[in-house]
Amino acid sequence: MLTCSDLRKGTKLMIDGEPHVIVQFDFTKPGKGQALYKCKLRNMITGALFDRTYRSGESFEPAALEERDMQYLYQDETGYVFMDQKNYEQTTLNDEALGDQKYFLVDNMEVKILMFGERGIGITLPNFVNLRVTMAEPWVKGDTAAGNNKPATVETGYTLQVPSFVEEGTLIQIDTRTGEYVTRVKE
Amino acid sequence: MQGNWALAKKRTRLEQRARIAQTIRSFFVARDFLEVETPHRVPGNAPEAHIDAVQSEGWFLHTSPELCMKRLLAAGYPRLFQLCRCWRAAERGTRHLPEFAMLEWYVTGCDYHILMEQCEHLLDSLRPEGLLTYQGQKIDLQTPWERLTVADAFDRYGSRSLQQALAEDRFDEIISFEIEPRLGSHKPTFLIEYPSELAALARRHPQRPHVAERFELYIAGLELANAFSELTDPVEQRQRFIDEEASRRNAGKPPYPSPENFLRELETMPEAAGIALGLDRLVMLLTDSATIDEVVAFTPELL
Repeated sequence: MLTCSDLRKGTKLMIDGEPHVIVQFDFTKPGKGQALYKCKLRNMITGALFDRTYRSGESFEPAALEERDMQYLYQDETGYVFMDQKNYEQTTLNDEALGDQKYFLVDNMEVKILMFGERGIGITLPNFVNLRVTMAEPWVKGDTAAGNNKPATVETGYTLQVPSFVEEGTLIQIDTRTGEYVTRVKE
Repeated sequence: MQGNWALAKKRTRLEQRARIAQTIRSFFVARDFLEVETPHRVPGNAPEAHIDAVQSEGWFLHTSPELCMKRLLAAGYPRLFQLCRCWRAAERGTRHLPEFAMLEWYVTGCDYHILMEQCEHLLDSLRPEGLLTYQGQKIDLQTPWERLTVADAFDRYGSRSLQQALAEDRFDEIISFEIEPRLGSHKPTFLIEYPSELAALARRHPQRPHVAERFELYIAGLELANAFSELTDPVEQRQRFIDEEASRRNAGKPPYPSPENFLRELETMPEAAGIALGLDRLVMLLTDSATIDEVVAFTPELL
């Protein structure tokens, strides 16, 4: 069983026999009061979103979902298609199941697909992905201050904050768990 | 090899934070407060049902320097402040870090009203222009600030009365989700007169013993500080510690030794008032930062 201290963004719980994932999480605690865990949960089968607040002392059944190693093949009108590298079975995830993670998918990427029975309902990406910048403001000469940032868009259409020296065409590493810039990749 | 950009981009905030800490020190030194340092690792903390300490080789990291600060008051020091790190196990959210920076100050010979005035003056020295904007909310810092009793806050903003909320064990939820977000939204608010059972170290109001002389300061919905007129009756203090410690043990928490030195010296402690202010949250407010992560160099996740 899980306790409140296991709750965080991404934790998967069984509620009424169906797997749910915490998509937003905040811990709050009024002065001298008890801890409150405010969660936005997504039903991983139906996609339904709802809010629930838990108090310290409650316990939860973890959603025991099988994870299978798969490779990303392509996107078509039904969604994003993955293939199990052991038995060549294919599974398709829709837009909703991927969320923002769709921006970090690269052809042939090896991922883990979460299975509920025979159905793929979620994905775990490698922690880091390299993507090329397709749009960014040009570097202003003389702007060398560490920590200055600007928006940039990468090849998958994802927009994020990057340091000022990153330019169009630069290959950058992104942390897929936070969606944030990590470093420039030497080529 | 490039530098760590996640750290580099915090430079402005860290510079602002350092200036805020400097201003705070100057403020108290100019008012004849003595800055002290007390041990971070202690045999036990003041028992409180909902505050958990981090264990450290049989002792604990302090959750607040409160007991040591009061022993100094009892030994005759009239005005004290401390800026230190405190630890509270498993507290992590957009406004919580398990290791955080606390500003505490104590004054003898007065009650908690003087602390409200000192909060007003401290903010005035940090923001002399008398205005600030936090996450789109414009806050007028001109004094005096609003004083609102907990009972009135429930009537004004809550879905039920204070008495109902206590009876249904929903005090914390109503405060957190219905009341707090609306406190201090135009002017800072002192939420005053807490039910006495929710203030383990505070003095009861002399005329209305069902409330304690405890306040919390809210600005733009941020809970910034908690203050008391200190309880100086060792007999009542001992009983409250016994009750709090019992509820800790019932919840399976590691026992604290009874703070006998503190309880003995409390007999000589003069009338006093004390306040604990979260420095990280104050920096959030003054730098318009949405999360506590933005105002510290390292969060636990970055270590």
